Amino acid sequence: MATSRNRFRSDPQLVARMGVTMFLIGALYVGVVAALIVSGLNIAFVLVIAAVLLFVQYYFSDKMALYGMGGRIVTPEEAPELHGIVDRLCALSDMPKPRVAIADTDIPNAFATGRNPKHAVVCATTGIMRRLDSQELEGVLSHELSHVAHRDVAVMTFASFLGMAAGLFTRMALYSGFFFGGGDDEDNNNGAAAFFLVLLVSMVVYAISFLLTRTLSRYRELSADRSGALLTGRPSALASALQKVTGDMARIPTRDLRAAEPFNAFFFTPALANGVSISSLFSTHPSLEKRLAQLAKISAELGQPV
Amino acid sequence: MGLLDTILGRSKPVKPDLDDLFALPSAAVTLQAAGNLRPTGVGSVCVKPAEGGGFAGLREQINQLLAMDGGKYDETTDGFGFTWIVRRGDPNDLSGLVADLHGVNATLSDAGFGPSLLCTLVTFTDGQLPTVGLVYLYKRGTWYPFAPTGPDKRDNARELQVRAYLGDELKVEPDLSRWFPVWGAPGL
Repeated sequence: MATSRNRFRSDPQLVARMGVTMFLIGALYVGVVAALIVSGLNIAFVLVIAAVLLFVQYYFSDKMALYGMGGRIVTPEEAPELHGIVDRLCALSDMPKPRVAIADTDIPNAFATGRNPKHAVVCATTGIMRRLDSQELEGVLSHELSHVAHRDVAVMTFASFLGMAAGLFTRMALYSGFFFGGGDDEDNNNGAAAFFLVLLVSMVVYAISFLLTRTLSRYRELSADRSGALLTGRPSALASALQKVTGDMARIPTRDLRAAEPFNAFFFTPALANGVSISSLFSTHPSLEKRLAQLAKISAELGQPV
Repeated sequence: MGLLDTILGRSKPVKPDLDDLFALPSAAVTLQAAGNLRPTGVGSVCVKPAEGGGFAGLREQINQLLAMDGGKYDETTDGFGFTWIVRRGDPNDLSGLVADLHGVNATLSDAGFGPSLLCTLVTFTDGQLPTVGLVYLYKRGTWYPFAPTGPDKRDNARELQVRAYLGDELKVEPDLSRWFPVWGAPGL
């Protein structure tokens, strides 16, 4: 009885582990950068490297995401239904038509990426197309097109750069305090202490920026839900798509999930089901309840007579 | 969309531009002279039905509007869930057709459903080749030709030919990637 009740619930430990892992990945990055600085590299130079890395990620976001998910650009002849939906949504919202891709995987998901609306690509997996009817698929695609219209790739890249830069400047400030304020006679001991203190403070700065970036990401998901629902005029189709997809997500084997994790940021729903309090701080997507509540509100607004 | 809207993640619904609809009758004269394409008398308005009581009430209103005119109108829903309000009239009275279509558009737009308007379609034929549609995109205020030759197939050469016929008579959509197909539209 107990096992069957637990089967479809998210595993709090797993979610916490994932949050910690994501944090550690970032912390590792910060550590590496700190080590680079200690080894004598110019702070401006490190900042430039960080900016270049993020810019590459931003500039090639469409190609990287497509490659990572195994997405393939399809012509209107190959996928008339998908193209038809995207065509109409673009005509309704007056935006240039993005490229349309299909990823051959049974994970029900969709994502949109690209540095600007002209270089955007919208990708749906065969899994999501199999599970959703055309109204629901339209809701999902309009959510994705809203990400494109809001230029979320650019905003999120910029936000994470700011987080990184904040960490770097903290270190810079601390270093100048230590190396120019203190004496340099006991440099070995002082150097090690300084290194750890700097590391600690930059971790804290990083932690704050990590939480802020995640919060921002959740806010933008809600925005995309809202704009998408208003564009199609059918918030309940999007709501039912969300329910179907998040319900299914939890049942997907772990191996597939791991493969999908790096691309969570621009996914329709994250590849891991959440719902625990700690995860709601760490997750890139708002909880299903929050998203459904917002859609229900829009639905009620649309129901008002004109 | 402005910078602030981008930063705040808001996109505003696009308001339709109905003005250029009335340029059609004079362009049709050119089309007949240059390409022997005559109006079929069929025109339609495509709208994305929103859910909820507001739109249902509006639909009621449209139905009343349509019923008044001796059954010249009917309504179909396509495979994408879009509603087409179709008017079939006298092929020689294109101005009347355009005025009626504008009436439907204006009713929907005034009721706040302008953002839900997809396009207006008016069809033309030369008596031999398949029917050609001229599609009006509200959100851009431009026209483009659409010549389907079968399910999911369109005759691009003919569409470009029609654009050449039209010349400056109509504001033709300059961005070819926006000439999106309306498969299965009524009258085509």
